[in-house]
Amino acid sequence: MLAGFAVLCAISLVSQTHPIASALSLIGVMGALAVLYLQLGAEFLAAAQMIVYAGAIMVLFVFVIMLLNAGAETEGKPVSRWARFSGMFMMAAFLGIISFIIQAQLPPTGGVTFGAWVGGTAQEIGILLFTTYLLPFEVTSVLILIALVGAIVLARKEV
Amino acid sequence: MPPLPFPDTVPLSWYLILSAVLFCLGVAGFVYRRNVITVFMSIELMLNAVNLSFITFSYKLKHIDGHIFAFFVMVVAAAEAAVGLAIILTVFKNRHTLQIDDVNSLKW
Repeated sequence: MLAGFAVLCAISLVSQTHPIASALSLIGVMGALAVLYLQLGAEFLAAAQMIVYAGAIMVLFVFVIMLLNAGAETEGKPVSRWARFSGMFMMAAFLGIISFIIQAQLPPTGGVTFGAWVGGTAQEIGILLFTTYLLPFEVTSVLILIALVGAIVLARKEV
Repeated sequence: MPPLPFPDTVPLSWYLILSAVLFCLGVAGFVYRRNVITVFMSIELMLNAVNLSFITFSYKLKHIDGHIFAFFVMVVAAAEAAVGLAIILTVFKNRHTLQIDDVNSLKW
C-alpha cells in the first residue's frame, strides 16, 4: 500500500509540469520511503531520511524554485512520437526484465514483518561508522566542506 | 476488527521491485523533463531508489553495512544538491532560463 503511494507520488513527480508540484510529490515519495525503511528495521536511516531529505534538501529545492520564480514548463523542442513511444517501451521492458530477475534469482524469502529485525539503531550505526568506516566518514566531512565552499563560490555575486 | 484485505507480511522481492520502479521513473523524468530543477529532482529520486535496495539487502543479510552505504549516499546527495542548486542559480542569473534546451553552449 505504501509502495503504491510511493509509486503514485513518483509518477506525479515525473508527470507534473510545475516544479512546485513535483517537489511536493518528491516529499511524498521520501515520506513513504522513510516508513518502508522503518519496516525494514532501519530506524536511524528512516529518521535521517525524514530530516535530511524531506527536511533539508527539499527545503533547499523549494527555496530555489521560489527564488527563481519557476513557472510551468513550456513546451520545448517536441520529442518525436517514435522516440517517446520507444523510450516508454524500453523502460517497461527493462522493468519487466529486472522484476523477472529479482523474482527468479532471489531465493524465496519469508515476508517482511515489522520489527522482525531491528539492526539499524543509531547506536549500532554509530559504532560501525566510527570503527570500521572511520576513514570514509572523515572523507565525507571533507566532501561536505568542499561542497560548501563550492556552493558559496558558485552563488557569489559576480561569476 | 475484521482482518485487513492485504497480508501483513510483504515478500522481500517486492521492495526490490519497488526500488527498480522508482529508479526507472527517475530515469524517465531525467530523460523526458525539460526543466532543470525537475531533472535534478529525478536524480534525487534515483538515489532514493538505490537507498531502498541497499536497505532491503541489508535486511536480507541481517547485516548493517548496507545502512552505512545508504547513509553515505544520503550525504553525497546532500552535497550534490547544494552544489547543483548553486549551479542552477548561476545559470539562471546568466541566462534567465530554466529550460535545458536553452542551455546548450557545450553542445557541438
